[in-house]
Amino acid sequence: MRFDKTEISLAAVAIACVLFGFVSPGWLIFLMTIAFAKALVVQGVVMQMRSGLVSFGQGLFYCIGGYTVGMGGQFFGIHDAIAALALGVLVAIVVAMILGLLLTRYRDIFFAMLSLAFSMILFGILVKSQSLGSTDGFNVHNWTVFGWAPEVGAGSQQTVFTMTVLSGLVIAVLIHRYTKAGIGVICEAIRENEVRVEYLGLSPRWVLYGNYVAAASVSALGGGLTALATGHVDPEMAYWTTSGEFIFIALLGGLGHVAAPFIAAIVFSVVRTYAIEFVPHTWQMILGFTLLGVIVFLPKGLWSLVSREKSGERA
Amino acid sequence: MTSLLAVLIDGSIYASWLFLVAAGLTVIYGVMRILNMAHGSFYAIGAYSAASLVGWYFNNGVGPAWISYLLLVGAALVAGLIVGVIVERGLLRLMYGRDEILMVIITYALLLILEDTMKIVWGVSPYFAYQPYSELGRTSLGLLKVSNYDLALVGVSALLGLGLWAWLERTNQGKVLRAMIHDREISVAMGVNVRLMFTITFVLGTTLGALAGALTAPAISVVPGIGIEVIVLAFAVVVIGGLGSIGGAAVGALLVGLSRAAAVHYAPEFELFVIYGVMSLVLAFRPEGLFGRTLARKI
Repeated sequence: MRFDKTEISLAAVAIACVLFGFVSPGWLIFLMTIAFAKALVVQGVVMQMRSGLVSFGQGLFYCIGGYTVGMGGQFFGIHDAIAALALGVLVAIVVAMILGLLLTRYRDIFFAMLSLAFSMILFGILVKSQSLGSTDGFNVHNWTVFGWAPEVGAGSQQTVFTMTVLSGLVIAVLIHRYTKAGIGVICEAIRENEVRVEYLGLSPRWVLYGNYVAAASVSALGGGLTALATGHVDPEMAYWTTSGEFIFIALLGGLGHVAAPFIAAIVFSVVRTYAIEFVPHTWQMILGFTLLGVIVFLPKGLWSLVSREKSGERA
Repeated sequence: MTSLLAVLIDGSIYASWLFLVAAGLTVIYGVMRILNMAHGSFYAIGAYSAASLVGWYFNNGVGPAWISYLLLVGAALVAGLIVGVIVERGLLRLMYGRDEILMVIITYALLLILEDTMKIVWGVSPYFAYQPYSELGRTSLGLLKVSNYDLALVGVSALLGLGLWAWLERTNQGKVLRAMIHDREISVAMGVNVRLMFTITFVLGTTLGALAGALTAPAISVVPGIGIEVIVLAFAVVVIGGLGSIGGAAVGALLVGLSRAAAVHYAPEFELFVIYGVMSLVLAFRPEGLFGRTLARKI
């Protein structure tokens, strides 16, 4: 297997992150874990945006991933974190395979609204389930990794962080290859002109279907990791404003590069941490104005700042 | 039998409320092709302005109660007008011509901004304006007691629907709007002032949203976040009916209203589930909604 420049740099950054995790303070590790886990969910949003679909319901799979990890430990005796994460991804794939059959018939705002509706259905069910803690959700704890139980607090924080960085690396490399491979390129062609893709003898619907399921699995992994990191899940994960946040991060980063969602998620987390501390009632307003600013001035996201510089050097 | 009656009454009250909320959303989409996420915020702004004005009126004690109803409506009209003009002229005008889905995201940004603006203006503690609600008393229908205010809401909603329909179908301005809905370019070529019509439509839609909020305010406590809850319900209603269709919104509201009322009475766990379940079911069979037009695909 040959690795290209992007993959090698991703790996280098990931290793640096893991090493950095051993020396940095707890709050920073926590912030970065959440940021990276969210970035994985955002990768799912971005994958669909590349094919021209904006999902206002990615929180559905975020929530499925989180709840499966939580319920696995709570009710089914799956205490191994890796197994629980895998189970979450599996459940998300099954759900996505069913919903995808319906959703891939829709485009544009209809896709957005219907995906939103499905995540709100899950929200509605969870809010009414007493055994799952209703609106409060429940705690996720006592998990192990391959039989080894990290000590509660700093130890488990460290472990989740390492797991998040490593799975982030694997997913990033996979997505990077996916976008370069046939199906990834077709996704972009569908965004540009679906009818012509059909004329070429391809079925946009099945390409989108595959893409949808893949995006769901990535987002579920992000949800599962978030559950492990925060030690808690609640129905808010499926609420549509959560999905709106993912769209925000996706647009902030842009579709230009697989690393963009990670960078955008870190920027998002840092800004939010400080905004909530210093100006609690204007946090959403900051988000709103930033979103408008990104749409008007940086339509290709933060990543275009980096890539523009590069092309300038070449010229 | 009584529970069936209760479902019917609750359902129609809820449906008329849903229609009030959804009407402005569907008008704006029909004419401007903007699926306005910030519609819920207009609703909340209407509710806040009405609640604070009516609350102030009753706290100062003097004057007959019927004036409070005028204040309710007046607050909504003024708030809707101001916010509508500011948003259309100040933001949306600069954004026209972008992708429909990008417009959704732009209005989402607007929603975030308006949510916090409301927190800054009205604070985070709840506002109450229950007097107009309790003042009207209750009526007994069989074994049930129904608030007259709720019944009046059904009437207002029906009147508003009829008014909108008459405006679109029976006036010159309505004709122009319908021409714009069918083909914007041709109507520009025929000399329609599209910019002006956009402003009128948007302000009308905003005012309808604010009115819905103002009329709801006496029945609820006005707190931050009410707009965010409302918007997805309104979406479900207009998507079921077919985006941009007033009749569709009415049918969608009835469908959602009655099924939610039935769920509340017979299977309360499914209350939220039912609304989106109905929506998914309708869309599965009629992707454009019940009254939506199927568009030909263009290359």
